[in-house]
Amino acid sequence: MTVRDALNSALDEEMSADPKVFLMGEEVGEYQGAYKISKGLLDKYGPERVLDTPITEAGFTGIGVGAAYYGLRPVVEFMTFNFSMQAIDHIINSAAKSNYMSAGQISVPIVFRGPNGAAAGVGAQHSQCYAAWFAACPGLKVLAPYSSEDARGLLKAAIRDPDPVVFLENELLYGESFPVSAEVLDSSFCLPIGKAKIEKAGKDVTITAFSKMVGYALKAAEILTKEGISAEVINLRSIRPLDRPTINDSVRKTNRLVTVEEGFPQHGVGAEICTSIVEESFGYLDAPVERIAGADVPMPYAANLERLAVPQVEDIVRAAKRACYRSMPLAAAA
Amino acid sequence: MSFATTKFAHPIPLSTTAARSNDHKPFLDPFKATRFLGSTHKFRFHPLTNSNHINIHRRSAVVAVSDVLKAKKPKSTSNLLITKEEGLELYEDMVLGRAFEDMCAQMYYRGKMFGFVHLYNGQEAVSTGFIKLLKKEDCVASTYRDHVHALSKGVSARAVMSELFGKTTGCCRGQGGSMHMFSSEHNVLGGFAFIGEGIPVATGAAFTSKYRREVLKEADCDHVTVAFFGDGTCNNGQFFECLNMAALWKLPIVFVVENNLWAIGMSHLRATSDPEIWKKGPAFGMPGVHVDGMDVLKVREVAKEAIGRARRGEGPTLVECETYRFRGHSLADPDELRDPAEKAHYATRDPITALKKYMFENNLVSEPELKAIEKKIDEVVEEAVEFADESPHPGRSQLLENVFADPKGFGIGPDGRYRCEDPKFTEGTAHV
Repeated sequence: MTVRDALNSALDEEMSADPKVFLMGEEVGEYQGAYKISKGLLDKYGPERVLDTPITEAGFTGIGVGAAYYGLRPVVEFMTFNFSMQAIDHIINSAAKSNYMSAGQISVPIVFRGPNGAAAGVGAQHSQCYAAWFAACPGLKVLAPYSSEDARGLLKAAIRDPDPVVFLENELLYGESFPVSAEVLDSSFCLPIGKAKIEKAGKDVTITAFSKMVGYALKAAEILTKEGISAEVINLRSIRPLDRPTINDSVRKTNRLVTVEEGFPQHGVGAEICTSIVEESFGYLDAPVERIAGADVPMPYAANLERLAVPQVEDIVRAAKRACYRSMPLAAAA
Repeated sequence: MSFATTKFAHPIPLSTTAARSNDHKPFLDPFKATRFLGSTHKFRFHPLTNSNHINIHRRSAVVAVSDVLKAKKPKSTSNLLITKEEGLELYEDMVLGRAFEDMCAQMYYRGKMFGFVHLYNGQEAVSTGFIKLLKKEDCVASTYRDHVHALSKGVSARAVMSELFGKTTGCCRGQGGSMHMFSSEHNVLGGFAFIGEGIPVATGAAFTSKYRREVLKEADCDHVTVAFFGDGTCNNGQFFECLNMAALWKLPIVFVVENNLWAIGMSHLRATSDPEIWKKGPAFGMPGVHVDGMDVLKVREVAKEAIGRARRGEGPTLVECETYRFRGHSLADPDELRDPAEKAHYATRDPITALKKYMFENNLVSEPELKAIEKKIDEVVEEAVEFADESPHPGRSQLLENVFADPKGFGIGPDGRYRCEDPKFTEGTAHV
């Protein structure tokens, strides 16, 4: 099943199960979704539940949050999460903080979803990863699926969740197909929020990643196996709350950690994971934590520069080797 | 050219019942119009008496004009609107825009350019009509559909093509891309991916112009800014905020709405409570003008007035240009939602063909002169592609360049010196 179909089926099933769930965003209706995630939903549920909005993120996000205050369960789609910056006031101040400020009187069962991170050649304003920014904020839950199983299970969980959830998809993963079991296809399938998944068990080094980088980490793990290093790949799935127990248990087993993310390095997800290990498993570390992140520059347009600005499989392999032997040079070969 | 009313019978999906009938009162009663914020112009509107004959969705007559343009009108119907030189200049600019965009489509499908590319085919009259009246020091701010604005403003075709190919000889060294065309030499302020983003930036440029004249006492600074954006943008908050401030502070800016009726697949009529965008001007205290954006001469007449107003310090104008994009929203858009009859209708109103017809009818030019221009433009565009092809890709070290104006912003490295002073950093091999 492709990730696109997984998301579409999850939306479809949740909308048919609960009439309070509705979808709104730009081009979600007649255009069948800017990336075709909401294909067929307008025909099935009608324009009252699949709303094409004007181009006014602050406005329609606010409207969604207000609807959630009064008991509806909106799913707000951002064409990309870059556009969520126009609405970030509502995501943080109106949605994330409301349950706290009202002492539990007003909960906000809303989902903000859309593609996040770099695509291919779309330039600086369309390529930023927002995982770190949203995950810093109390009151939000932040999820980042990788496979179709993740996409289905986590989106269903997000829609059923009574709190605001930021659901970070990835444009380049939409078309990728993953094998799914019958259990995943069942309409009651749901994944727990806050649990990471160990995609591949190993004993020499732990590699944590989320979204597209999980695929890269798995490829890196294959290469490392051939060189005699057994890597354990953890698919974070949930950035907030971060599954610290799983990560720490893994590092206590392997004693070495490489964190991988696409976003900017400073104050990123990797920085938080590193701190968690230092706080809870310092004695178990046999090497400094290696942090792989996107380059500390706005995303360039030129294809070769873009490749240099985003982590590649070789970068993960080199970092893992450094964590194991501490003898590889830091820089990439041209 | 007469202000003909257009009529077309295709159905446009409407989810609102647009009460555009003759019982519609103009926003402002012309007889009660008073001075706005000290402005010396009264805003008079043509009463919509002939609205029964006009399709309720589009009008091509100019419906809201300031006094000065109205006074000009009798003169223009008897004389020609342009001289031969002006006609040739306008023709060449529009043909350049068209040929360039067509070449972009070819190059995209051959993989030479990538990412998001938004083409301007069909809207050339708006860019040419406005930008050819500007000086080099005047500023232009645009959206992601910015190739032709950059070309009209004077950025060379080779620089734009190289930028699209991601080469280091591009106008932004390959770092910006299709949606981010900047040129400080020609005062092209971008190139923004988010719609509505360019409007406050343009308003700021206009603010600078006024500041330089009044605070820094540069008496001859009468630079005007023109902001281009689409119909979808007119529902965005930033647009309204800037209309307010520009009128409040009487900034030398012209807000040009390229209303091509579609925002990706969202019809303007489905997204907007009152689709007549020009009316939003008077609500904020500036004239709102609607003009046929497929006719470069009409656009130019309105542009002259609006730019003149701004240059004289009389404040902003909102100009709504009714136009159409012949291609989809971007080269990745399958363009399934637009009615083929609508597309066919606008194809007959191609601005380049219309200008050609006008110039022939008025014996301004001959066929061979126009053919010579077309040939010249073809050569310019071919040469631009060759230049872009042969240009080098950016080097590794360029990745870390231009992040800051003062690269000390990268901080201090482990050796205690500023990172930017480390030669490995500039080679692009240092660890950041």
